[in-house]
Amino acid sequence: MMARPVNLGPIARIPEGEGRTFDVGKLRVAVFRTRRGGVYATQAECPHRSGPLADGLIGERAVMCPLHGYKFDLTNGDALGHTCGTLKTFPVDVDERGDVRLLVEE
Amino acid sequence: MKKERLVVVGNGMAGARLVEEVLARGGRDRFDIVMFGDEPYGNYNRILLSNVLAGAHDAKDIFLNPLAWYEQNGITLHTNARVHGIDRRAKVVHAADDAILEGYDHLVIATGSNAFVPPLERAYVDEGKFREGVFVFRTLDDTNAILDYASKVKSAAVLGGGLLGLEAARGLLRLGLEVHVVHLMKHLMEVQLDRMAGLILRRSMEQMGLRVHLEKVTAGVIGEPNVQGLLFADGSTLDCEMLVVSAGIRPNAQLAIDAGLEVERGIVVGDDMRTSDDAIFAVGECAQHRGKTYGLVAPLWDQVRVLAERLTMTKPDATYTGSQVSTKLKVMGVDLAVMGARDADGDDEEVVYSEPSRGVYKKLVVRNGKLAGAILLGDATMAPNLLQAFDRGRDLPADRSELLFALSSEASGASVLDMPDDAQICNCNGVTKGRIVQAVRGGCRSLKVLCDSTRAGTGCGTCKKDVQAILELVAGDTVKEDPSVHHYVPGVPLAKPELVRAIRERGLRSVSSVFAALAGGVEDAPSKPGLASLLKTIWGKDYDDERDARFINDRVHANIQKDGTFSVIPRIYGGVTTAAELRRIADVAEKHHARMVKITGGQRIDLLGIPKERLPEVWRDLGMPSGHAYAKSFRTCKTCVGSEFCRWGVGDSTGLGIEIEKRFQGLESPHKMKLATAGCPRNCSEATTKDVGAVAIEGGKWEVYVGGAAGSRVRKGDVLCVVDSHDDVLKYFGRFMQYYRENAKYLERTYDFVERTGIEKVKRVLVDDEDGICARLDAAVQEAVDAYVDPWREADWPATQNQFAESLAPAADDLVPLRRASGDG
Repeated sequence: MMARPVNLGPIARIPEGEGRTFDVGKLRVAVFRTRRGGVYATQAECPHRSGPLADGLIGERAVMCPLHGYKFDLTNGDALGHTCGTLKTFPVDVDERGDVRLLVEE
Repeated sequence: MKKERLVVVGNGMAGARLVEEVLARGGRDRFDIVMFGDEPYGNYNRILLSNVLAGAHDAKDIFLNPLAWYEQNGITLHTNARVHGIDRRAKVVHAADDAILEGYDHLVIATGSNAFVPPLERAYVDEGKFREGVFVFRTLDDTNAILDYASKVKSAAVLGGGLLGLEAARGLLRLGLEVHVVHLMKHLMEVQLDRMAGLILRRSMEQMGLRVHLEKVTAGVIGEPNVQGLLFADGSTLDCEMLVVSAGIRPNAQLAIDAGLEVERGIVVGDDMRTSDDAIFAVGECAQHRGKTYGLVAPLWDQVRVLAERLTMTKPDATYTGSQVSTKLKVMGVDLAVMGARDADGDDEEVVYSEPSRGVYKKLVVRNGKLAGAILLGDATMAPNLLQAFDRGRDLPADRSELLFALSSEASGASVLDMPDDAQICNCNGVTKGRIVQAVRGGCRSLKVLCDSTRAGTGCGTCKKDVQAILELVAGDTVKEDPSVHHYVPGVPLAKPELVRAIRERGLRSVSSVFAALAGGVEDAPSKPGLASLLKTIWGKDYDDERDARFINDRVHANIQKDGTFSVIPRIYGGVTTAAELRRIADVAEKHHARMVKITGGQRIDLLGIPKERLPEVWRDLGMPSGHAYAKSFRTCKTCVGSEFCRWGVGDSTGLGIEIEKRFQGLESPHKMKLATAGCPRNCSEATTKDVGAVAIEGGKWEVYVGGAAGSRVRKGDVLCVVDSHDDVLKYFGRFMQYYRENAKYLERTYDFVERTGIEKVKRVLVDDEDGICARLDAAVQEAVDAYVDPWREADWPATQNQFAESLAPAADDLVPLRRASGDG
């Protein structure tokens, strides 16, 4: 397996404090941008009932699914306060041009 | 900084709770903590010993802190080590026959109390050694010894008809023994109960098989070598094979006496919990504060909190000024709640309801219009309301019976406490009673932690009171109140009034600035929408609207569905539409493949299954304003046909409903507001069970109702006032809504808000203008109305990047995109 960086385009595509869903090949990834400049990427759907996580409210480190309020740690995908499974996370950063680079394995 | 040494003598409920409170305030960095315990265990919940005796709890379930907890928190615990001396000059305590010496900077005495044993002939075989078959009931070892002995005999007597005595009797009864309770006084539990309640309790106890002997002075024990009976002062006797002495407790102050501290009934402490020696404190049952000693656990919690605040310097001037005593418990399965004064005094008013055949007795002692005391026996459903009125010193309603009886619509059926473990408590998340009980035993001791852990109560919230009841049942008085329940949102540690003040003083206009200024910069996801709602109410058009603080529904002005699509409900003012409008809606539904078209309960039309990226086009095609069916705001005003067509109508309910919707559309509020107008008292539009409603009555008048509900709770609204014009209906509606917006907690519906505030107060403020704020409220709501902009106009002016994008593709120079990046730019 090889990790390959994918350019998701300028960070401005994601408003501060929100998330957006990206289609990367067959993969759907939710990418979040916190107000303090943190960028995180997780699987797009909540393991509970497949809620769109990119539509969730986010805090410093957590995302809250818009459907039933289940919370997950953005940094490692851990379930917070429930046992509904963890999220797959992806390495992601912002390069010097301000583009979001996501690392996916293929 | 060199750590100070904090030594705690006593590892019971007070000592261990003190250390917990100290640790919670960063005490581990400040102190080396040493504890002494008389017993060989960690710390256990003494209150639950009676449940262990009654078989309701396993001994292992009552431990609060196992031995490992002490280790994990760096606490040196000496178990089985009796402290026998304090050298105050050298600041050293001596324990275990001088085998252990520990120096201290601060010493806390939390030695609790001992069982009081009245003088009884032949009770002892040796100095300090009871005759076989004689027990006290104070510790886990006592409990085990009683259980053990009881399995070998057929009858028992309990000396003492107080709470603990009856609890011991309950346990023995369950073991199949013939049980006698022998009591010195004229009625049972005379400390808590008046005579009538004592008599009713006796009846209930006797129906359960207990034999009660009142006004009996016990002179001694009969039998050799084992107990065979009791001898009374009047010469009569009672056969029994064991005796449990439960005749009260005495503060355990011997250590303090020997050390030369000031001791009266207990160890005398001041408001700072300090004894007559500056370096020594006392808390709990061994302490005497302002002439009082306490035998209940709630005052003890107050004391240890104050002491922990002082010791850790988190609040160095904290003071304890005494506790109002109240308690809620079960005596042999009979509900009992008592608080404050037992009997009326002077000009006090006494309100009594007595129903001996059902074992029910309720009494209120009212002093200056406030609750000074209460007894609820056999039915404690109203205990939470009474405790609240008592603790907060609230004005009581003029009709006192409201405090004694639940509204019939709310009287719950079977008590949650009697349900089996597999009964489902939370019907939203399917959580059983057993699961909740298990979580409490696993350490969840506050309602919030318990709900977060089990998810019970996190849906519609109706079952929260049941969850609370289970929590109280299992954890007893060790229930903790999570401080965040008083906070407006969990992520900012301030109640609403303080939060509003801080926001105004510092001019905080955005959600992120509130987190930065008041929460150490830590953004908390669940707290965002509540703050957004509050800031909008405070600042109106000057609010700095950060879209990320909104729930998805409010970002895209539609209601998210289980599959991630959205529902679109255009506003249909007053539920009155036209053929042309219906035709247009039908066209839109077809063009955009709405998966379902549904008439809503609010008299409008819902197009379901619309993907996010199609929302702007749907709105454009509809050409109608948003119905706000997704927001915490004014929703809709349901109407009946009214005087224009209906042959019964006495008021123009449709016309008024349309005016209401046009005026208040989109008005944000702590929770949704559903309104209705009815054209006559037949109330076809159900206006009396709406958040705000108006009912036309003969004579051109309208009744204005507030605080109604017909959802997860059903409550008839209260009449705020009767007015005689549409304009006045609008005025009072707006005034109430603004008052609610400013004063309700986030997600508190109007019906809870009105009940919490009291309709009499609401009337005084909004109708009589007692606080002189009506003109300001009217102006504030007018300003909010003027600032209204239809959010569906964002179809053409999106507020954020990719606001309605379903998903995005990677940058063009990277992959070959699988699909066009929708809505980009």
